[in-house]
Amino acid sequence: MALSEFDSWFNQPLSPLYYNEDHQAWRNTLRRFIDAEIAPFVDEWEEAGTFPKDVYKKAASIGLLQMGYPEQYGGIPVGDPFFAVVTAMEQGRAGGGGLYASLNSHSIGLPPILALANDDIKERVIPPVIAGEKIAALAITEPSGGSDVANLCTIARREGDHYIVNGSKMFITSGMRADYYTVAVRTGGEGAKGISLLLIEKDFPGFTQTPLKKMGWWASDTAALYFDDCKVPLSNLIGEENKGFSGIMVNFNMERLGIIATANALAMVCMDDAVAWARERKTFGKRLMDHQVIRHKIAEMTKRILATQALTEQTAWQMQQGQTPIVELSLLKVQATETLEYCAREAVQILGGAGFIRGNKVERIYRDVRVYAIGGGSEEIMRDLAARQLKL
Amino acid sequence: MKILVAVKRVADYNVKVRAKSDQSGPDLTNVKMAINPFCEIAVEEAVRLKEKGVATEVIAVSIGPKVAQEQIRTALALGADRGILIETDVAMEPLAIAKCLKQICDKESPDMVLLGKQAIDGDNNQTGQMLGALTGYAQATFASEITFDGASASVIREVDGGLQTLELKLPAIVTTDLRLNEPRYASLPNIMKAKKKPIDVLTTEELGVDVTPRTKLLKAEPPAERKAGIKVEDVAQLVDKLKNEAKVIV
Ligand SMILES: Cc1cc2nc3c(=O)[nH]c(=O)nc-3n(C[C@H](O)[C@H](O)[C@H](O)COP(=O)(O)OP(=O)(O)OC[C@H]3O[C@@H](n4cnc5c(N)ncnc54)[C@H](O)[C@@H]3O)c2cc1C
Repeated sequence: MALSEFDSWFNQPLSPLYYNEDHQAWRNTLRRFIDAEIAPFVDEWEEAGTFPKDVYKKAASIGLLQMGYPEQYGGIPVGDPFFAVVTAMEQGRAGGGGLYASLNSHSIGLPPILALANDDIKERVIPPVIAGEKIAALAITEPSGGSDVANLCTIARREGDHYIVNGSKMFITSGMRADYYTVAVRTGGEGAKGISLLLIEKDFPGFTQTPLKKMGWWASDTAALYFDDCKVPLSNLIGEENKGFSGIMVNFNMERLGIIATANALAMVCMDDAVAWARERKTFGKRLMDHQVIRHKIAEMTKRILATQALTEQTAWQMQQGQTPIVELSLLKVQATETLEYCAREAVQILGGAGFIRGNKVERIYRDVRVYAIGGGSEEIMRDLAARQLKL
Repeated sequence: MKILVAVKRVADYNVKVRAKSDQSGPDLTNVKMAINPFCEIAVEEAVRLKEKGVATEVIAVSIGPKVAQEQIRTALALGADRGILIETDVAMEPLAIAKCLKQICDKESPDMVLLGKQAIDGDNNQTGQMLGALTGYAQATFASEITFDGASASVIREVDGGLQTLELKLPAIVTTDLRLNEPRYASLPNIMKAKKKPIDVLTTEELGVDVTPRTKLLKAEPPAERKAGIKVEDVAQLVDKLKNEAKVIV
């Protein structure tokens, strides 16, 4: 719908071109839920570097954690990417990125299990996780590198009815608190064809974790994982041996769409707060907003946000039609994080000193920018992937 | 027991509503809409009564444009059993709404009609009372507690001086106040299940209701901007200003 007098990005209706009544209803539910249960505590939880575990159960009570999983495991089988876009937008609105990274870590931990694991594992792991009773994580990245997934070095060798795992994982979301870890290990030769996925559980012998302090996403639990002769039953193999790489790939498209929609939502928050501030604040005898330099910053933010939003919805639509828009998703991820970077930078500038002081969304988002530009496929890797797809 | 709940589509409470540039009314063209919060409380109360086994059927009715189906869907996701949309593009006044609801009451013979005490768009606080007059049902406004005893209901209402308890014979009309309950969230599974629940669509012509507005909107404009305040030196200056500048005391 055409923009006119600006109030807030989040007070606009969803475009009827892409969204139906169910998306609207879900948006209203999330709006109320987050305003009551999450938004008032985001600052406190960020400062505390964690959030209460009962948030998982609360999120499950409205169906947030079950979204997209089959009914037989207690899920709600909505495969529609616009639900993911609406969810990312509403979560972004409260500006508490770190919290959602941990709260939703199952959204990268479970899909490989759903795609490849046997029924025993699925039935044991998926129901308690999406009910908010257990936490799932995905552990791919290693201290030696995350972009080059096919060359990971954590080794698992068979010994009787166990694998013996040695190696370590880095920057793992929900790394301290998870109960179930979907871990990529090398069981075969070099490259993608030697990789398997193992379900490693919290109390397995030889498995330890240490927490990591971060630039942003403070409320999120991030850890390094260590495996020292960690014993994992053979029955915890997810799918077939040396065929784990495809399980890693199943995540990418939805994960990237989520990051894209989140990054743009955070850019919107930055602009909303910058507009509100510039309308109130007076310098040199007039509103900050009446200085052309500031107005043009806002116009530039609007331009970038609009373009990113339009392409996000078009790409989600392609996915809804069953297409796999890899070029669009990779380059859009770059565009979204660059939009976020620009809007966060300019919003802090517009807020001035206040933008540098803790306890406001803009300051926090500014610190969170880089993780969106690095995680889930860095900007460099995204451009490279697109270029390869285009067979240039 | 059958409960009819009225739900209205209004601008979301977060939205700062603006007047159209030609002053012909509020500008709602690019605004997120939602269910009126007081109506949501009414739906919640009806659903709780159903869960307690007091009510057997909950019907959500909305009067408004085709898209008001969204708000009926929300009511269905909260637990109502079926919906009725009275579709109209006329900007309806409370009396016209009450007349439509009266027709639905005649068709459905509910034991109770639950409405919000007001809608946050017009803040009229009239529809429930008008419906009471038109149907002759007993009525209690601003309810903060509803209990049932056979064929009668006991309603505690919030009045200026405190709380007042009324005994009502059924059928009755009750309008809800903020403290009646804390509405649940429409969960994703219930949103999906609500798709299977039926919504009947009627028109004001089918109901034989004359919805012609009785009042004319002359002009909509934003409230005057508040001027910056000043600090007074002492009480004497304050009294002087209140008397001679603001002219609020003599
Ligand atoms: C807060 C946080 C949470 C995370 N959560 C998880 C998690 O839950 N699970 C998980 O497995 N991982 C997680 N990660 C890891 C994340 O996916 C990686 O950081 C990311 O994939 C990049 O890997 P890396 O950090 O090892 O950087 P590297 O791969 O070492 O790359 C370093 C830099 O070099 C660039 N680069 C790399 N290769 C090339 C090339 N071929 N051409 C040009 N430039 C290149 C990269 O773009 C980057 O700028 C998380 C990271 C963070 C920061």
